[in-house]
Amino acid sequence: MTNSQIARAGSHTGTGSRFWRNKRDYLGVLPFLLLAGLFLIWPTINVVYGAFFSDEGKFSFDYVLNTIKDDAFKIPFIHSLQISVWSSLVGGLIGALFAWAISTGKPDGISRRFVLAAGGVLAQFGGVMLAFAFFATFGFNGFVTSLALKYSETNFLASPNWLYELFGLGVVYTFFQIPLMFIVFLPAVENLKPQWREASEGLGGSSKDYWFRIGFPVLFPSFLGGLLLLFVNSFSAYATAAALISQGTIIAPLSIGNALSSETGGASAPLAKTLSLYMVLVVVIVMALYTLLRKRVSKWEQ
Amino acid sequence: MKLGIPSRIFKVFIIGITTLYLAGPLYGMIDFSTKPLGNEGGRSLRAWKAIGEQEDLMSSISVSFAIAIIVMLLLFLLVVPTVIWVHLRLPKLRRPLELICLLPLAIPGIVIVVGIAPLYRWISIHITESPISLAGVYAMLILPFTYRSLSAALALVDISTLAEAARTLGASTMRTIFGIVMPTIRSGIMSGVVISLALVLGEFTISSLLSYDTLQVVIYLLGREDGKIAVAVSLAALLFVFGILFAIPTTKRQRAILDADIA
Repeated sequence: MTNSQIARAGSHTGTGSRFWRNKRDYLGVLPFLLLAGLFLIWPTINVVYGAFFSDEGKFSFDYVLNTIKDDAFKIPFIHSLQISVWSSLVGGLIGALFAWAISTGKPDGISRRFVLAAGGVLAQFGGVMLAFAFFATFGFNGFVTSLALKYSETNFLASPNWLYELFGLGVVYTFFQIPLMFIVFLPAVENLKPQWREASEGLGGSSKDYWFRIGFPVLFPSFLGGLLLLFVNSFSAYATAAALISQGTIIAPLSIGNALSSETGGASAPLAKTLSLYMVLVVVIVMALYTLLRKRVSKWEQ
Repeated sequence: MKLGIPSRIFKVFIIGITTLYLAGPLYGMIDFSTKPLGNEGGRSLRAWKAIGEQEDLMSSISVSFAIAIIVMLLLFLLVVPTVIWVHLRLPKLRRPLELICLLPLAIPGIVIVVGIAPLYRWISIHITESPISLAGVYAMLILPFTYRSLSAALALVDISTLAEAARTLGASTMRTIFGIVMPTIRSGIMSGVVISLALVLGEFTISSLLSYDTLQVVIYLLGREDGKIAVAVSLAALLFVFGILFAIPTTKRQRAILDADIA
């Protein structure tokens, strides 16, 4: 053993040097902490803290208490909740069924890879391009609109106005909700063991028995987890709505964007921060529910 | 698993309807972007050919790629080494680090903009007006995804033994992290890289509200002038990211994305 190795071995046992070594270890996380502090933690604190000030910079509860009573902000918030609930329910159901249908195919085939990649793109890729895809399909010159005009003028698809309302926005949201549910839910369906089905059949159970007594109960927690994720996903979405709807603040993220940019003259930093605080509260509540659920599931899985 | 006839019909029905629904708007993009100017019939590649002539668009593409490269550098040089470091030396900090890394999931992009606007005002006055500075906040946005795939990859190998062995053989700390541990978990790092690229190329909320001309902001502005070109560019971008996701094989990568989502 060389001297330096002896010294190093010694430093493991000597309490004093170990103390110092640990202290120095903490320096290693400092650069990351600086970056995260500047670009993530400080902005978060800034939002929460800033909501409790008035426009003049004085401490006040005005915005936090009164904003939610104002219809101009309450209605977009309710819209946001509605669109998130509906788009995650519809997207979640279709996405889950799609995941089941795909899971019965070959697990490592090229088509599986294709579907997974397509799902990944549609679920994670930008809202602006999504809005354009719907303009191109259901908008004034879209091919569905043209077809509807040609064959049945009374059909609601013949006039593209529905696309720019809350309903239309919800339809666009399902377009990323379905693939997201699909990629999140697929592993859960793939984990259904064929032996369970065989056991159920061996004991004389029908297909219905299998699904209602084994399949659905096993899948339910993952399904609910997926739904919560979809909810947060659509609740936070800003780009799609901003690109689709050029006027008015139909959902909460648009109100925040409006309060933030001075173009419309209504800019107010404390207002933007208050609305942001409300949004974070909703997301935190939903996430807390999810964590509770997750704990239950992992307990049950053991 | 063998399916009964009713299940098989149901399965085909589900796949058919969903595929049709998801493919519809994609076909709409092809259809719309190949329409000629005005109301004439027929097809034209005008919009596709015009992509190359859009100077704003071209410069925004290079800006977005430059940001993506810086985000990846931050990922390689800062995020990954820190996660490994904490894993090896500071187990007490694992939980706090995880919390920080998952924080962006709970804070919507629009909220981050509200909180970070003063910082970027300061940066644009005192340091630089270039959109490159967005790399700082984008590096935060990718944290939940990269952290999940990294910790999954780290859980698979016994990193401590590996690092101990490296140290006994005389490797420095830097060598241990960059030369030994990082290559071992490269699949986890790769999935982080893919996500950063997709995220940076697709991000709109933060850059538009902070008035930086990134790819999505320019596509959005282009849509106000010439919808057909904007649709053509959007489709090209979608196909590009699809190509990346498709080219990087193994279902493991998909799992990693998924774990991040569930977090």
